Amino acid sequence: MERKLPATDVVVIGMGAAGGVAVLPLVEAGLRVTALEAGGWLTGRDFAPDKVRNNIRDWPQSVQKANGEVPTVRADESQTAIQGGGHPMMNAVGGTTMHYWAQSWRLSPWDFRVATETAQRYGASRIPADSTVEDWPLDYDELEPWYDTVERAIGVAGKAGNLDGRIDPAGNIFEGPRGREFPMPPLRPSPFTEMMSDAARSLGWHPFQAPASINSQPNDGRPGCLYHGFCNRGGCHVEAKNSTAVTTIPRALRTGRLDLVTHARVTRILSDTSGRVTGVRYIKGGETLFQPAAVVLLGSYTYENVRLLLLSRSSAFPEGLANNNGQVGRHYFSHHQGAPVSALFPHDLHNWYGLPAQGVAIDDWADDNFDHSDRNFIGGANLWVHTDRRPINAADMNTFGMAPRWGSQWKAFVMENADRSNTSYAQKTTLPYAHNYLDLDPTTTDALGDPVIRITGHYGNNEKRIAAFAQDRMEQWYRAAGAIRVVRSGLGHTMYASTHAFGGTRMGDDPRSNVVDRWGFTHEAPNLGILGASLMGTSGARNPTLTVQALAWRTAAHLVANWHPIAGPGV
Amino acid sequence: MSRRGRAGVTDPSRRSLLRGAGLLGAAVAGGSVAAPVAAQDPTDNAIPVREALENLTALEAETLEAATMRILPSDENGPGALEARAVHYMDRCLGSHLRDSNSAYATGLNALHEQALQRHGRAFAALTGTQQDALLAAMEAGELDGFAPDSATFFELIRDHTIEGTFSDPYYGGNRDFIGWDLLGYPGIRLGASPQEVARGRDLPPNHRSAFDNAVFTKSDNRGR
Repeated sequence: MERKLPATDVVVIGMGAAGGVAVLPLVEAGLRVTALEAGGWLTGRDFAPDKVRNNIRDWPQSVQKANGEVPTVRADESQTAIQGGGHPMMNAVGGTTMHYWAQSWRLSPWDFRVATETAQRYGASRIPADSTVEDWPLDYDELEPWYDTVERAIGVAGKAGNLDGRIDPAGNIFEGPRGREFPMPPLRPSPFTEMMSDAARSLGWHPFQAPASINSQPNDGRPGCLYHGFCNRGGCHVEAKNSTAVTTIPRALRTGRLDLVTHARVTRILSDTSGRVTGVRYIKGGETLFQPAAVVLLGSYTYENVRLLLLSRSSAFPEGLANNNGQVGRHYFSHHQGAPVSALFPHDLHNWYGLPAQGVAIDDWADDNFDHSDRNFIGGANLWVHTDRRPINAADMNTFGMAPRWGSQWKAFVMENADRSNTSYAQKTTLPYAHNYLDLDPTTTDALGDPVIRITGHYGNNEKRIAAFAQDRMEQWYRAAGAIRVVRSGLGHTMYASTHAFGGTRMGDDPRSNVVDRWGFTHEAPNLGILGASLMGTSGARNPTLTVQALAWRTAAHLVANWHPIAGPGV
Repeated sequence: MSRRGRAGVTDPSRRSLLRGAGLLGAAVAGGSVAAPVAAQDPTDNAIPVREALENLTALEAETLEAATMRILPSDENGPGALEARAVHYMDRCLGSHLRDSNSAYATGLNALHEQALQRHGRAFAALTGTQQDALLAAMEAGELDGFAPDSATFFELIRDHTIEGTFSDPYYGGNRDFIGWDLLGYPGIRLGASPQEVARGRDLPPNHRSAFDNAVFTKSDNRGR
């Protein structure tokens, strides 16, 4: 039996990074919004500085809905996909913004126009032949005001490197022009980040402290960051991390027009014979409910966005909602963030306290910031080194070929070197390819019997060549800083389930190759909008969350401005 | 390599650290501490020197403890996995977040016991350190039979868990007396760190607090936030 609830204006599925910001402009415009969130409320008291709890026990993620629907993964169609160990994201009010690293980047202007810029500068033949990359239907300048809006609404700390064309080397000189300075100064440097910045400058590079949605000073009634560490998959005990759970969602609730339903497990989005969505079916406390709505915004996460569409079949959409062109699940890619480089220094680095967002970035080798004429790839990598050392990781450090992995010699090595190593983080331009996609797994299901998502994907030569190039540059940087040993990891191949999962409902003007239009509404079901990185057709070389949030706000604002055309005549 | 370790001990900052933790001169001969359970008098009413086992059998725990003592030994550089009670962590956590490893532990520890009996006619815990190291090295290389899926995987599992047990928050039953954190020079859980504290690195005096010694993570603040 299904109980039908009174109709609402808008249902938002998922109250994380994307849905958590989209609700605010909707309720501020006077719309009635019902938000369905699979998780519950967490507070700072839930996030102890404890690696076992946050990273090994994986609490609270391990007990959640998402963990019952972990995607299966295979590199290509010759393999059988295997289910991974845990879901990269979490269910909660605030979603994964509760415990993410909180790096809050804007994409580079190049990322919006990869196809055109590459063809113009190097020739169209330089775009990998099997890539399905397209220009975005909007450019950086069009998204800039929305970036600015979100940076103010949630609170981002950073230093502008390009204020309306005025270049400031204290910030990122390669970034797109900003209308305004960041609302807060960057997080403080540390002895380690100062050492790495000096080394970068000695190479002629342009180091800067990258943006983070973490309070660098008291903000919005909450304190600044205390730099105690354990921020990696850990939330903030003083709410200095600007999760949507402590920023936009409470503001939206105070209007009285947001009905936030927690522990609501959405199972289907329903549609009528005309191809319009009519509302959302969900389960709460064992009861099945139907929430009718004039408009549905789907903002769960890339995997669940695609899964819900493919599961929501109807007479108008026999292959899944908004999938009559067969594009749902296509143009998928996991961000290439692997292939790290580790370095050993001859002195302590004083990294016991700090956080992943307290770091130094190099964009000299990212995007199209350097000449690729003689390179065998397009795009590049953002190089990132950061503080944050936890005791278990320190003890399990790389021994750099200088000691065995156990016994007295190992113990002596660790005692001397526990605070002397560092591992880099390089995010790389990652492209969509025709052979990489998401679909429903043919055999693995969740607790309700619905299939989980299957990832079929592997990195191309373009990504692997960037990875090798980035490792060369990273070693150069570490050596300039005085590293005595440097080791590299493998270049990667299979696209595993990721916290940076792009595509699957790509945004573009052509319905034959894209699921949503330039505003985030599906081409096929006009009152269904989608929020999240599943819209993004290129990754850039940086964390996607701020772009996801800027797009979500823009989609919500577009809905407000075009309420009657989108919501339809019945409203 | 032990030369490097001794060089570390002569470092003034490390010497003060070890003295602070009461570890100088507390050298323990590896292998001689673990008296096999079978050798103890079962009618002995003295306070037990080991925690009650929740998941492992007595023989499994004894075999495991001997292995952890070779992975992270008690030696001239101070106490190791034994004193940190890494096995207590593993036994307790096999009932919670390590529960998926229960069958690997049962299979692997019994296989290691059988290998010791076949090769040397004695329990693993009763072998010399050299004999134990040789068996562990063969295990690490994937050369021993009877493990699921193989001996190399099981070696990595108990190495990982020895590290977790020695260096995790003491709340979980290991890292007793903050032995693991002192070994690393980690100054301890703080709810904030000033630039001055960061700059002191391992010279910052260890505060010997568990995360859960802070009321914010264990008690309601009565504000419903």
